Amino acid sequence: MIEIGDLRFSYDEGDFSLEIPQLNVAHGETVAIVGPSGSGKTTLLNLIAGNATPQSGQITTNGYKISGLHDAARRDFRIANIGLVFQEFELLEYLNVLDNILLPYRINRTLVLDTSVRERAEMIAESVGIGDKLARYANQLSQGEKQRVAVIRALVVQPPLLLADEPTGNLDPLNKNRVLDILFQYADQNAATLVTVTHDHEVLHRFQRVIDFKDFCAHGAEQRLENIAGPM
Amino acid sequence: MRDVLYLAWRYLVYHRLKTAILVTSIMLIIYLPIGLNVVVEQSAEHLRARAGATPLLVGAKGSPLELALNSLYFSSEHPELIDYSEATMVADSGLADAIPLYVRFRSRTHPIVGTSLDYFSFHDLRFAFGRPMAVLGECVVGATVAESLGVNPGDTVISSPETVFDLAGVYPLKMKVAGVLERAFTPDDDAIFVDVKTAWIIEGLGHGHQDLTRPEAASGVLRRSEENIVANASVVQYNEITEDNVDSFHFHGDLADYPLTAVLVVPRNEKSGIILRGRYTDDDATSQIVRPVTVIDELLDTILTIQQFIVAAVIIAGLATIATAALVFMLSLRLRRREIDTMLKIGGSRLRVTSMLLAEVVIVVILSSSLAAVLTLVTWRFGPRIIESFVLT
Repeated sequence: MIEIGDLRFSYDEGDFSLEIPQLNVAHGETVAIVGPSGSGKTTLLNLIAGNATPQSGQITTNGYKISGLHDAARRDFRIANIGLVFQEFELLEYLNVLDNILLPYRINRTLVLDTSVRERAEMIAESVGIGDKLARYANQLSQGEKQRVAVIRALVVQPPLLLADEPTGNLDPLNKNRVLDILFQYADQNAATLVTVTHDHEVLHRFQRVIDFKDFCAHGAEQRLENIAGPM
Repeated sequence: MRDVLYLAWRYLVYHRLKTAILVTSIMLIIYLPIGLNVVVEQSAEHLRARAGATPLLVGAKGSPLELALNSLYFSSEHPELIDYSEATMVADSGLADAIPLYVRFRSRTHPIVGTSLDYFSFHDLRFAFGRPMAVLGECVVGATVAESLGVNPGDTVISSPETVFDLAGVYPLKMKVAGVLERAFTPDDDAIFVDVKTAWIIEGLGHGHQDLTRPEAASGVLRRSEENIVANASVVQYNEITEDNVDSFHFHGDLADYPLTAVLVVPRNEKSGIILRGRYTDDDATSQIVRPVTVIDELLDTILTIQQFIVAAVIIAGLATIATAALVFMLSLRLRRREIDTMLKIGGSRLRVTSMLLAEVVIVVILSSSLAAVLTLVTWRFGPRIIESFVLT
């Protein structure tokens, strides 16, 4: 599903640098990425999603060399193949729950919003316990409900790859488990790949593999991702 | 495109107060100069048409504008009075027809125009119902008066007293409606027309009362001589002219000295007009003759100058508002950076996101323009009335 080779990325400003000689994530695999703040976990998700472009190396996602695609093609690919979940939910305040869920269909012409999509969105919302809140706005929801809406927005296009950046970071234990249940259930039922950045060590046991960024970049660009262990 | 418009619309609806302020501001920027122009243009046309149809006016020396506004548009401020003999003099000259005007009294808000039957033919006024006034105490009402007071031939209207507390002043006179005019879309629609003698009766210059020669009035008689009879206040005075009492109405003194506000002069030809105007050039004359169209043009010149100043001020204010609106939009983009980033991160196309932001601006401009267009239409429809009510009251 994800193949990374000789990847090198740094920001224009600052001394942060990320180098990954090789990293593979298999189709249908669930992976947790842990490590200290500033070690490059979120940057890695951005690179996989095509939201950042490496200086060198290759990233292949679902068979596409996403780093080689031009901007518009990369967005088209991303919206159909990658579901993104953010720690801060990133819901649009002026849209109700249903419109937030259907947002991907309104902002990219490659997705077509029809009745079946609406029904699917409503069905998923019902299954995660927010079916009666579709007409509400983000400021009328609890934190847990907001994250469930954000997760459904990522799932509604039925992507083969889910990238979640600390999806449970702002949630209480009950909601944390509910959100993870939704993600794992989707990955399991759809043979989707799930890559999650998390600081929560209590949930690591649920993932098939854990990548620890502990030493990586802790001292700057000289460090290598040698401690990343994969099953391949 | 539908999705882009939908998202833009949702944003504007959610921030409805901000949107309403923005729409109102832009609407006013668009409407004010256009609306003002429409009002002035239409009113100018309206005022000039009425003035152009009235060749000459004779009135007391003083403000020509006051004379023209009172005689043509029945404004409440009446000019200094002239004698009825001025009308006779014009008619006797053989150079023009003279139509007397006495525009001083009102019935509620409607002006009572004391004149002669020639007024109707001069202004080509047609009767929707009834007939012209034929006897003292009868009146003809304009279409608007008939509508607002709900009167028809046979009904009555009452003149309003000039002052409530002046017991010696003008008492109300009940007048019978003889006819209703067709709508002419001129100030005539709003007027009540009476014979000039009826107007004098309203003023109290002519009156009717109990016959003092009859025995039942004897208790009110103080002194009786060959020339006249002096009576006290118990003698019944009539405030309505009926078939029974019309003969008791009479005028004291010489009618030639009775007041008019103006004489509407219709010269036989251009030369007659010039000769007549020449007769009023004497500095010692107590009356003047004016061409209403010249007076109104002077008024319009003043209005147009004021309009230019207002339009210039509105344009400057408009530019400032547009600059402020642009600043608000740019600042809101900064505030919405995170929202825009989210849409781009999850795969939204730049074109769609940019289109959505532009669509918000376009919707606001369309809403503002539409409202401005509606307001302009309303102004176009009612503007002249509005400005006339400002200028003439």
